Amino acid sequence: MRGVSKSFAATVALDAVDLSVAPGEVVALVGQNGAGKSTLMAILAGALAPDVGVMTLDGRPYAPRDPLEARRAGVAMIHQELSVAPHLSVMENVVLGTEPARAGFVQRDRARRLTQEVLARLGHADIPPEAVVGRLSVAEQQLVEIARAFAIGARVLVLDEPTSSLGREDVRRLFELVRRLKADGHAVVYISHFIEEVKEVADRFVVLRDGRNAGGGPTAGATREEIVSLMVGRRVEDLFPRSARHPGEAILEVEGIGPGSIGFTLHRGEVLGIAGLMGAGRTRLLRTLFGLAPVRSGRIRLGAYSGAAAPPRRWEQGMGLLSEDRKGEGLALGLSVAENLALSRLRGLGPGPLVLPARLAAAARRWIELLGVRAAGPGQAVRELSGGNQQKVALARLLHHDVDVLLLDEPTRGIDVASKAQIYALVDGLVAPPAGPEGGRAAKAVLVASSDLAELLGLCDRIAVMCRGRLGRPRPAAEWDEHALMMAATGTGDAA
Amino acid sequence: MKTRDLLTCGGPLLGLLFVCAVFALLIGPQFFRPVNLELIARQTAIVCTAALGMTMVIVAAGIDLSVGSIIALSTVVIALLLKRDVSPLLSALGGVAAAAACGLANGILITRLRVVPFIVTLGTMLIVRGAAKGLADERRIEAPATWLNGLLRTVEAGRGLFVPPGIWVLLVLALLIAGVLRYTVFGRHLFAVGSNERTARLCGVRVERVKVAVYAISAALAGVAGVMQFAKLSVGDPTVAVGLELDVIAAVIIGGGSLTGGNGTVLGTVLGATIMSVVAIGCSQHGLANWVQQIVTGSIIVLAVALDRWRQGSRSV
Repeated sequence: MRGVSKSFAATVALDAVDLSVAPGEVVALVGQNGAGKSTLMAILAGALAPDVGVMTLDGRPYAPRDPLEARRAGVAMIHQELSVAPHLSVMENVVLGTEPARAGFVQRDRARRLTQEVLARLGHADIPPEAVVGRLSVAEQQLVEIARAFAIGARVLVLDEPTSSLGREDVRRLFELVRRLKADGHAVVYISHFIEEVKEVADRFVVLRDGRNAGGGPTAGATREEIVSLMVGRRVEDLFPRSARHPGEAILEVEGIGPGSIGFTLHRGEVLGIAGLMGAGRTRLLRTLFGLAPVRSGRIRLGAYSGAAAPPRRWEQGMGLLSEDRKGEGLALGLSVAENLALSRLRGLGPGPLVLPARLAAAARRWIELLGVRAAGPGQAVRELSGGNQQKVALARLLHHDVDVLLLDEPTRGIDVASKAQIYALVDGLVAPPAGPEGGRAAKAVLVASSDLAELLGLCDRIAVMCRGRLGRPRPAAEWDEHALMMAATGTGDAA
Repeated sequence: MKTRDLLTCGGPLLGLLFVCAVFALLIGPQFFRPVNLELIARQTAIVCTAALGMTMVIVAAGIDLSVGSIIALSTVVIALLLKRDVSPLLSALGGVAAAAACGLANGILITRLRVVPFIVTLGTMLIVRGAAKGLADERRIEAPATWLNGLLRTVEAGRGLFVPPGIWVLLVLALLIAGVLRYTVFGRHLFAVGSNERTARLCGVRVERVKVAVYAISAALAGVAGVMQFAKLSVGDPTVAVGLELDVIAAVIIGGGSLTGGNGTVLGTVLGATIMSVVAIGCSQHGLANWVQQIVTGSIIVLAVALDRWRQGSRSV
């Protein structure tokens, strides 16, 4: 791939990126979330078309129009979320879409032979072709998907975060498989956050940062630190206003939550950040605190209330959650700005159980103005707003409810820089409220989970790093830098 | 808000005007005689009453296939109570209560078993139908004549009611439900659950409670429809209203409701139910066979939804 670029509306996702992989070579593609890895791989696998750039396969031009064409050309991608049909058998999955057939009838014998052959080549002849895939382990299901790729003659295999849901032993076996493929002369692109894995399995690494090639080289000669600093880079952004903050009473105390036995204390007037990679358990922690995920062990104390509680109680107790999944959970896209904004607190917008549309609109209009939401009015459907404005509506809900503890999960994911800056300023104002004529409002407490390290460093007073379900000790933001955060998040540094 | 409501109701209103115009051409102005209009209203009453409840269910992204059976059960309960010399009002309330209990069961099954409403209510459709037959010993139950039988009877001139009392009941209920949907916390929660259940949960809406309540209310309204059905037949009949749930759902859909939830208005539903009875009565008065009427109604359902999709598609561009 040479000079591949791709833009989505105004956002440049990839800017003239080069990537090459030779037969019998394993290349690791690394970078932070949002660095452009997924976009690049989607282009390689035919799911997206590049705006500019050329791709060649075996010296011939390669421009797949869809994933099927890419697979037929010999490029197969194994996603983090597997796409096997759980109700079908192993052999049915392996030949899915390319069933050997005569006159429309599937030739089961040929399908079985092909499946056995491929599985044997992968060194896993022990998986019976008749087994129902849904009953296999995740590692075996992954293998079925890899087998499917080779059943139609894949020569380039892309593995996207293949170890994220595997146990230690399965990871070892996967690495063996990758080495076997390499020995057979296949080309493998290996995407991972985990530097250790990259060093173990890959020959070369390529770093993407902000949609550009940030460097690369043979893994043998590179230290972890070198790779991490290439991933992090240096970004000087003056997006973060920082008023004088005066942390007050402890308002949220957590002890021994979940298998990682997580504990921390959040005070009024401070922003506590939780860094970590995707899948480290940040979202799960926030959802557990908010009562959207079950509390299996440990203690939570929120102000005067102790113990777990469901979301309706949490809102009443003064806690609100901003979901990381803005479109799937955070907002009801079909409903209006006003309804989304006030949904958690409709009472008080009319006498008794009534909601008066005029009061609802007035309440919404206030936040639309305060937050500078670009909307035609409170009645406009949220679907029609831009991502940044949608996020402001979702955040305004917490403000409308006037909660004391704000749990923000990826508060600025996928939104424009201007909206980001506004949200940062807003959060700063919440924890350090300006002394108003009425003597000022009480300072709020904010817990931010984010995979954007610069954001955490700029926004937070203290930061703790989460890695594989365990949360490290929160330390003052001044003691961290992106490099140290990334080291801790990838499990390479000392997380404590 | 108002313009959006107008847009949602504009389609059904145009549809009603269209079918009226067609039959005015086919049959002539006598189609709009007061007697005929009253006939249409009476014909609409049963389906429309049940459709009010179904509107709420569909707004919350649910479905209730058991309303036909619930109507039958309601008529049986009313007839049995009347036979035991219970007062007509209490008998009617008994029918509504039995219906509401069925809805409560629907709601609890749906939320506790986490089985999709389509399957749960498909099951209770058979269960309630069976219960009604068992209760009635598989026979029609004759009941003594009371004022209940006059609910849908033509009002004599000069009585000051203009339309049968049952129609007034329907109108009052329609206004009430419209108000609940638009002006109450419960109503807004229904839209939130139907539009995005996860958002509703995130915002502290007690989703399970809302669902149980909406199925109970919907079934209670089906019970009221059962009272009207009883008034029309003057017997308790466990085999009545088979397949009526589909007419009820069709009325909501023609009226702009969406099976994916978050959409639907009472006005639209009333218009949708009216369109269906205008077609039914118009066809029979024009001497068209029942099969023609069915084909026309079916086409209207598909056309209504297709037009709605097209309109929404063109609006978002």
